[in-house]
Amino acid sequence: MRAPGFLLICLLVAAAIFAAALAVGNDYVFFAGYVVLQYVVLSTAWNILGGYCGYVNFGTAAFFALGAYSTVAIYKLITENDFYRMPIPVLMLVGGVVSGVIGLGMGYLTLRLRGAFFSIATLALAVVLETLVVNWDYVGGSRGAYIIRPEAIEPIGNYIRYLFLMMLLLAVAALTIARLIEHSRLGYGFATIRDDELAAEASGVPTLRLKLIATTISGALMGMAGAPFPYYIGFLQPDSTFALDYAVNSIAMPLIGGTTSWVGPLIGALLLGSLQQIITVTISSAVNLLIVGCLLVLFVIVAPNGIVGLVHTYLQRKPDEFVGRRRVDADAPGTVP
Amino acid sequence: MSLMTGSGGELLQVDNLGKRFGGFVALENISLSVAPGERLGLIGPNGSGKSTLVNCICGTLRNEQGSVHFDGRRLDGLLAHQRTHLGLARSFQLPRPFVSLSLIDNIRIPLLYTVAARGHGRAAHDVEARCSGLLREVGLEAKARQRPRDLTQVEMRKLELARAMASEPKLLIADEAMAGLTHSEIEDILALLVRLNEQGVTIILIEHIMRAVMSFSRRLVVLVSGRKIADGAPTDVMRDPEVERAYLGQ
Amino acid sequence: MIFSFDLFINAIISGILIGGFYAAVTSGVSLAFGILDIVNIAHPAFIILGSYVAYIVNVSLGLDPIATAIIMVPAFYVLGAGIYQIYYVSFEKRGQESLRGLAFFFGLLFITEVTLVLYFGVDYRYVEAPYIGPTWHLDGIDVPLRILVPFLVSLLLIAVLELILTRTFVGRAIMAVAQDQQALRLMAIDPVRIKRVAFGISIATASLAGAFLIIIQPVEPSVGRQYIGRVFAICVLGGMGSLPGTVVAAMLIGIVESFTATFYGPSWAPAVSFGFLLLTLAVRPAGLLGR
Repeated sequence: MRAPGFLLICLLVAAAIFAAALAVGNDYVFFAGYVVLQYVVLSTAWNILGGYCGYVNFGTAAFFALGAYSTVAIYKLITENDFYRMPIPVLMLVGGVVSGVIGLGMGYLTLRLRGAFFSIATLALAVVLETLVVNWDYVGGSRGAYIIRPEAIEPIGNYIRYLFLMMLLLAVAALTIARLIEHSRLGYGFATIRDDELAAEASGVPTLRLKLIATTISGALMGMAGAPFPYYIGFLQPDSTFALDYAVNSIAMPLIGGTTSWVGPLIGALLLGSLQQIITVTISSAVNLLIVGCLLVLFVIVAPNGIVGLVHTYLQRKPDEFVGRRRVDADAPGTVP
Repeated sequence: MSLMTGSGGELLQVDNLGKRFGGFVALENISLSVAPGERLGLIGPNGSGKSTLVNCICGTLRNEQGSVHFDGRRLDGLLAHQRTHLGLARSFQLPRPFVSLSLIDNIRIPLLYTVAARGHGRAAHDVEARCSGLLREVGLEAKARQRPRDLTQVEMRKLELARAMASEPKLLIADEAMAGLTHSEIEDILALLVRLNEQGVTIILIEHIMRAVMSFSRRLVVLVSGRKIADGAPTDVMRDPEVERAYLGQ
Repeated sequence: MIFSFDLFINAIISGILIGGFYAAVTSGVSLAFGILDIVNIAHPAFIILGSYVAYIVNVSLGLDPIATAIIMVPAFYVLGAGIYQIYYVSFEKRGQESLRGLAFFFGLLFITEVTLVLYFGVDYRYVEAPYIGPTWHLDGIDVPLRILVPFLVSLLLIAVLELILTRTFVGRAIMAVAQDQQALRLMAIDPVRIKRVAFGISIATASLAGAFLIIIQPVEPSVGRQYIGRVFAICVLGGMGSLPGTVVAAMLIGIVESFTATFYGPSWAPAVSFGFLLLTLAVRPAGLLGR
């Protein structure tokens, strides 16, 4: 299936989802759905660097927060004084650019090293960024920042529905980008980096350049996911924004769903995201995190190729490593269209 | 394939190359040159530094001393993939296939990233045909859609060689590509390398199988304990007392 | 920012003292990551576990935390050996350690922290011991005993570890495994068993480090996170696996943190070691094979 066709189908599905949500008539659907969609974007973004290239990013929260705090800064700068509210798509772009640039910079510093050092550096980045924000009073510091969420926006009405719609579109964009990468020369290059970087270099793959591209795209998408967050939550606190929950979720969802294609993070985010909404409401958020952690460890040990891998194995009836690859080929052991 | 060479006419020029790992001297004062179209054999006992030399030439390792010139260009500071783009290719002694890709995709990578980078853009079906052709030359066409884990050790070596060939190099370094092959398989690979050479590819053959090295090489270089101890016509080199000592032992 | 000599000296002294403690905390990581290349980012979680164990025993039996930790060393060793076995079979053997192995440890970090929260809540816990509270005042220099005692025992721990690594057969086998597993196999020594022992020792140090931690400061489950960056910064700075290097690096970071807290305020402290880490990594020589 060519990219425009895929995009069209995604948009149709998105339209159907939005219509269904409207039909339910309960705003809670939008509140909860927003979070799940947010995780679709974060998991897909993480997977571009993690699943495709094999570089683990523990600092999802940092990139997410950069997007969120860019919005806060703009809000303080413009909206509070002039009452001009920057539209969400523009905020997303700003958040994306900021996060993308930081991702590029950090990648440039650390991607020439082994993967383990990169991963540790991403942990460090999250903490350094959090410390900087906590000490920066302009965006509220440790006390937090209030963002006034407008009541409504025409023609959609309720502002939360507008946010949901924006995140829905961003999710479509993220999935399309992921799929585009997979089926392109870039996707092949990423796979070689994951499999054997030395051999990739010897074959002529410019590994550093590709890794930087992956980090930038991944970081930018995470920033875009974070940009509308202040409007969603109304009160932004460093504690909750930089929480490790984002890291564990954006890692668990692709690993549980399956890392080799765009389908995995989507499945992981939908399943795990929905599960978490249910558990948080019925039991507690701490138990919720415990379950995510346990599922992560379990899947990583028992089902390394995730749910997609399990389905594939079941269909193939023989143990096989899933290779979600490019062409639809009659001989190939199963590809994702 | 053009055989452009720089000053001096040599395709590969290694001057006083030295490499240490901490206190251990892996290579000391290695100088050698390879003319375009030449068939060079590189031999030496295990641990003598052959693979380290290849790694330094190809950019996988950085040499502290000396320099490498390829096709008239100084290679210092160039990353491995840049050297591959210039026309330098190597196969790894211990095969390093891309395990999550099929065989044909393994071959596709150098075509996508090296050949395409040189500006010889090719249509998709052309690339596909080229990949199949390369697999056919090493006898792996039947397994084109399978993954490297389904291959035998011997087949992995052939894949390794085919992948190196896929980058359409000017100079191919084959690092122990024949280990473990049967007599006829060795003949096949030798014939393949000869064919490549006749098409204009310069070849450095690193091998332990003396019969193959002697029949293939026009010139032989011997490395022992990180030093070059002989460099000349194969028959002359094998009669060198120092070489005899190194191989027949003290 | 009032610069006084007393303040300066005290900052250095407390930096050195806390640095000794940091070295003990890092010693486990130097062993696992520095020498054996096992990226156990969950190590701080085991330290917090050690803290809570010391806390429980202290509250119920009144036993000294360090004594508790020493008694618990075998249990932590077994835990470490068990975890390594799972890690080896699931990841190292399959060559998956860089992605899934890392995620595994991250998951463990999370599970440990959240389980502690569920069991103990987020209140700070502290222990009681005769040396917690008193401070020696020596000529303008304040030396709190609750930091001095862990400092001394930490140095003792490091010395013991160094002796093990250099003088005993097992220790030297561990160093050998890091260099050449094949050679070890040829000597009929199972590298996996050696690595299991090493990882067991690594986690065993966490038992002691945990006791030191809760002596020095009150502990709650998320405290471990502050130590992730510190520990890896010190390990990398100290030369990856050299215990003496770890001590020097730990004291350096301790001093810098101490100065930052004294002259700039404690809210900047977390950024120091993490910032150090980023700097160290950025300045390291480049190269895929670089080590």
